[in-house]
Amino acid sequence: MQKQLLLGVEAIAQGAIDGGISGVFAYPGTPSTEITEYIQESKQAIARNVHRMWSANEKTAMETALGMSYAGKRALVCMKHVGMNVAADCFMNAAITGANGGMVVVAADDPSMHSSQNEQDSRVYGKFALIPIMEPSNQQEAYDMTRYAFDLSEQMGTPVLLRITTRLAHSRAGVETKEAKDENEMRLPEDKRQFVLLPAIAKKRYRLLLDKQIAFEEASDNSSFNQYIDGADKSIGIVACGIGYNYLMEVFGGNCPYPVVKVSQYPLPRKMITKLAESTEKLLVLEEGYPIIEEALKGYLEKECVLGRLDGTLPRDGELNPDHVAKAFGLPSIEGSPVPEIVAPRPPALCVGCSHRDVYTALNAVVAEYPNARVFSDIGCYTLGALPPFQAINSCVDMGASITMAKGAADAGLYPAVSVIGDSTFTHSGMTGLLDAVNEKANITIIISDNESISMTGGQESSALGHLESICRGIGVEPEHIRVLLPVPKNHDELCKIIRDEIEYKGVSVIIPRRVCIQKAARDAKKKKK
Amino acid sequence: MKTDIILAGVGGQGILSIAAALGSAALNNNLYMKQAETHGMSQRGGDVQSFMRISDKPIFSDLIAKGTADIILSVEPMEALRYLPYLKKGGYVVTNATPFINIPNYPEVETLMATLKALPHQVIIDADSIAKEAAGNVRASNFVMMGAGSPFIEIPFEYLEKGIMAIFERKGADVIEMNLKALRAGREFAQNYIK
Repeated sequence: MQKQLLLGVEAIAQGAIDGGISGVFAYPGTPSTEITEYIQESKQAIARNVHRMWSANEKTAMETALGMSYAGKRALVCMKHVGMNVAADCFMNAAITGANGGMVVVAADDPSMHSSQNEQDSRVYGKFALIPIMEPSNQQEAYDMTRYAFDLSEQMGTPVLLRITTRLAHSRAGVETKEAKDENEMRLPEDKRQFVLLPAIAKKRYRLLLDKQIAFEEASDNSSFNQYIDGADKSIGIVACGIGYNYLMEVFGGNCPYPVVKVSQYPLPRKMITKLAESTEKLLVLEEGYPIIEEALKGYLEKECVLGRLDGTLPRDGELNPDHVAKAFGLPSIEGSPVPEIVAPRPPALCVGCSHRDVYTALNAVVAEYPNARVFSDIGCYTLGALPPFQAINSCVDMGASITMAKGAADAGLYPAVSVIGDSTFTHSGMTGLLDAVNEKANITIIISDNESISMTGGQESSALGHLESICRGIGVEPEHIRVLLPVPKNHDELCKIIRDEIEYKGVSVIIPRRVCIQKAARDAKKKKK
Repeated sequence: MKTDIILAGVGGQGILSIAAALGSAALNNNLYMKQAETHGMSQRGGDVQSFMRISDKPIFSDLIAKGTADIILSVEPMEALRYLPYLKKGGYVVTNATPFINIPNYPEVETLMATLKALPHQVIIDADSIAKEAAGNVRASNFVMMGAGSPFIEIPFEYLEKGIMAIFERKGADVIEMNLKALRAGREFAQNYIK
């Protein structure tokens, strides 16, 4: 069969389509975005009318997927690692309700923080929820494991977490696909109270989940994705998780002299790990992300000799690479010539012509008049306003925190407290914070810098489109303090005046500078030409 | 055979079109390939790179180890230098000569060119001019660069041509021809340069 050249994320998407999903539910976030985009463009998915619209946030995505699973159909839900925090309430409880139709949650982690505010390891969430985790090491496994994860989910009656990291997400390789499965027929849960997590029922469901742990572990020991590969040199045994296996094989040219357990399905395959520990003097754990397995094997009292990220054999943070792994084995590393001093850093920047530029130019001019002013911002392209030449913002924490942090600072007496948030981030997680502010008539000025798209991740459709003013009015912002205008250089003075007036107003005001993202405008024009 | 390539440039310059054509060429030649690329924040005018690995044996790592890349192929001169720690001894730097200046502290162009010329193995090529001359369109400059890199990549040249045909199949014969001209012109330049 002809191989298709697919990114890791695309392999997951194709695996889900061929695994018979009836829907994908997601909010964009690097490095997970292209899973949903691939399904949106897939002829197969379109022909089958697989659900493929974006959700307002990761929590609504997870809940909708659980609803589809309730109805007996297969649902895929995708997000970046920090999206798991937003969806965690549903995720944790979905482990208790269990799945009816197959439910697979893809969490795309970003160690080394290429495009993120932290490098949390989603395997912790999988363990927290006590459900099986899949961690592919290459693109072919990403395809195969996605299909398998749906089968496992239905067989065990539980959601399954599929965890990847940036390198696999955004690396391409040839992938062989298999025949597509049909979608499930609708099949409602036999027990009408299975999903009613009242304490009396939840206690039983939790016991059931605990009882399933043995089956999960057996599945890991019998899984073809976990392998015991023997080696002649027993001085050390290697536990290689996910893409850690690739770097190990790279360093030894495909022939590792030590025994290896390749781990791609959790909970850990107990028999394999026990055999490895018994036949070798010490263990080295290669894992991308937190030292979770290392810590588990070492134990608090460090009775076992386990090497990894905690003892400095490997770096404590950041993603793994072949150089780190070579160093862990004491192998000589080669280095090319150093980077010449003249090479300057080239950080990302707001595009020339971007509407956020006009917003920050005006905001900086007005804020200069108020020595105590602070600007709380959010997650999106406009976060780049922290860098030169604007240096306009003082916070970027999580989706929606701009409004609530501004409110908290205003509650503490800060004035002016300004919030800058994007249109899509506002409908993702800003609306509830706005309600808090309105209910207390907080003295804050909110700028929803509306570029009518989710731009940082590539211009996906924003749930906010066409709704912002009515949402703000509905939440209770006074209509005369909802100010909309076009942010272009010739309106600079007007924008400054509006910002100044609304800072002077003692209450909640929302300024909406609205101009479509220039990248999106260019893409739309190109599409029209076709 | 095994060729490890670092593709370098600035977000928005389109290095991934080179990667796509090389990838298609590798796959059609029954070679293994892995290609790790940069998505997300850096695409907004930041430095971007793609690690491209092609081999007749299975490839494990998506990343290239330091000191082992066979070639740095850069569409921007300063970006070519950023990845020197990855280049093996004797490896080639093939770079476009046209700077992309979007930062205030970009080095003096003369110093930059002198640094590049002082490298032991380099091809510095004005890909934009050659694209205009040979293909009639500056937008073909990325394939001038791919052509300039081709003498150092162990894939038969006709497969590189087929790679371009494959990725531009839907855009029609004119676009294919334009990019093929660019590819050939880039290759010819590099072959004369290293004589």
